[in-house]
Amino acid sequence: MLEVLGYPFFQRALLAGLLVSLLGGALSAFVVQRRLSFLGDGLAHAAFAGVALGLFLREEPLYLALPFTLAVALAITYVKERSGLSEDTAIGVFFALSVALGAVFLAKARGYVGDAMGYLFGSLLAVGPGDLWAVGGVVLLGLALLPLWGALAYATFDRELALADRVPVGLHDYLLSAYLALALVVAVKVVGVLLVAAFLVIPGAAARLLGRTFAGMTLLALLFAFSATLLGLYASFLLDWPSGASVVLAQALLFGLAFLKTAFSGGK
Amino acid sequence: MWAVETQGLTVRFGQYQALEDVSLKVPEGSFVAVVGPNGAGKSTLLKALLGLVPFRGEVRIFGRPLAQADPFWFGYVPQIKTFDHTFPALALELVVSGLRRAWPFRVGEKERERALEALGRVGALELAHRPLGRLSGGQLQRVYLARALVRRPRLLLLDEPATGVDRLGEVDLYRHLEAYQEETGATILMITHDWEAAHHASHVLVLNRRVIGFGPPERALSEECLRQAFGHLGHEHALFLGGGRA
Repeated sequence: MLEVLGYPFFQRALLAGLLVSLLGGALSAFVVQRRLSFLGDGLAHAAFAGVALGLFLREEPLYLALPFTLAVALAITYVKERSGLSEDTAIGVFFALSVALGAVFLAKARGYVGDAMGYLFGSLLAVGPGDLWAVGGVVLLGLALLPLWGALAYATFDRELALADRVPVGLHDYLLSAYLALALVVAVKVVGVLLVAAFLVIPGAAARLLGRTFAGMTLLALLFAFSATLLGLYASFLLDWPSGASVVLAQALLFGLAFLKTAFSGGK
Repeated sequence: MWAVETQGLTVRFGQYQALEDVSLKVPEGSFVAVVGPNGAGKSTLLKALLGLVPFRGEVRIFGRPLAQADPFWFGYVPQIKTFDHTFPALALELVVSGLRRAWPFRVGEKERERALEALGRVGALELAHRPLGRLSGGQLQRVYLARALVRRPRLLLLDEPATGVDRLGEVDLYRHLEAYQEETGATILMITHDWEAAHHASHVLVLNRRVIGFGPPERALSEECLRQAFGHLGHEHALFLGGGRA
């Protein structure tokens, strides 16, 4: 393992993977408790439509994926709040719309489909310095939003109680959706559209099985996400497996162990 | 001073009129039992007082317009079914959330002391480190009450706090509320289906989307008010016959 750390491409992959796991781990406690895993999938597909638009217009895909995914995230939250439709219905509509738009953009962007495949499956080992800066920027933004953790957790526990205490729950919902969208877009390049939702769900799900408090669950999710990235990347290098898939398999392994502990030893 | 003053309070949900022209003046330090049939707008009234639902009309809390009322004046005990039972949390954390108006990442020493004192006050000290998801309905109600009391509110709003509580627990609950009120002079508005509790209140508000009756129990729980509110004499015919404060 140590000799591989000498390769710049692996250093970038490791750093990008750890930063993405930091994002995923921190958000996954909220994603799991707020039942937003479908939102993760929906936004990942919105990001893909944005990437396809970028390929069609021959612009840097991430530049278009970012505003496109952000707009979809805000639109889902807006439609849910204004229509009385359930969140999964609102997501379902925008999910389908995004895939359809992505298909149209790709059909019109012939010759660039190979790039699109890269975004579908991601490639940790092809991460460039620009991608690293993007992930780092989103992590820094997340640190600036840390003071909102208590208010977000409060509304996650009981929305009505938080509203009664004049917590601006609606504004926080938009912020969380927007940040989720940002995190997803920068993670898509690294992990791929098809697997990025796993980063937002599996660490939180495993942590939920073992955590007694929401703070403990958040810390455990971070730990699981970090460990799975290290383990997955190492396996990827040793076995020549796709990097994103290897990390997700490591996350699933940790989830399995947490489940076994809960099932056979009474868990928490 | 009036603890709660509403003028023409009206709440609509689309075509459905939940409250119509509710005008009330609740004296400071009173214990108001809010009664009425299902769908009468009782919970909606409490939510309007908390600013949880949009309304027309005016609401003043201790003389201030609702928007200017200090959130720490309110202690709210919602129906316990509203929270996410899968949320990993300890009872102590829920009580501390009442002090912070946010969920605690880490509980400080002073917060812990105040939370434990509040839990002890409602006889729930042994629940402090128990997961919320494993508490019974009655235990949860006590923890929620501790959460409301920990901030020493001037106005306590309770939405059917005795639901899921056995008779002994119910008596305990009213005892805690009376002790708190005696100590602090707080005003209490409590939605209840318990007619005996209503008879013990200083005031009764009989509601059926509009105010049917408001005043001392012997007046508000009159036969005429109950007929208007329920269309009959209620669940027990002895509602107004056997009343009177103990």
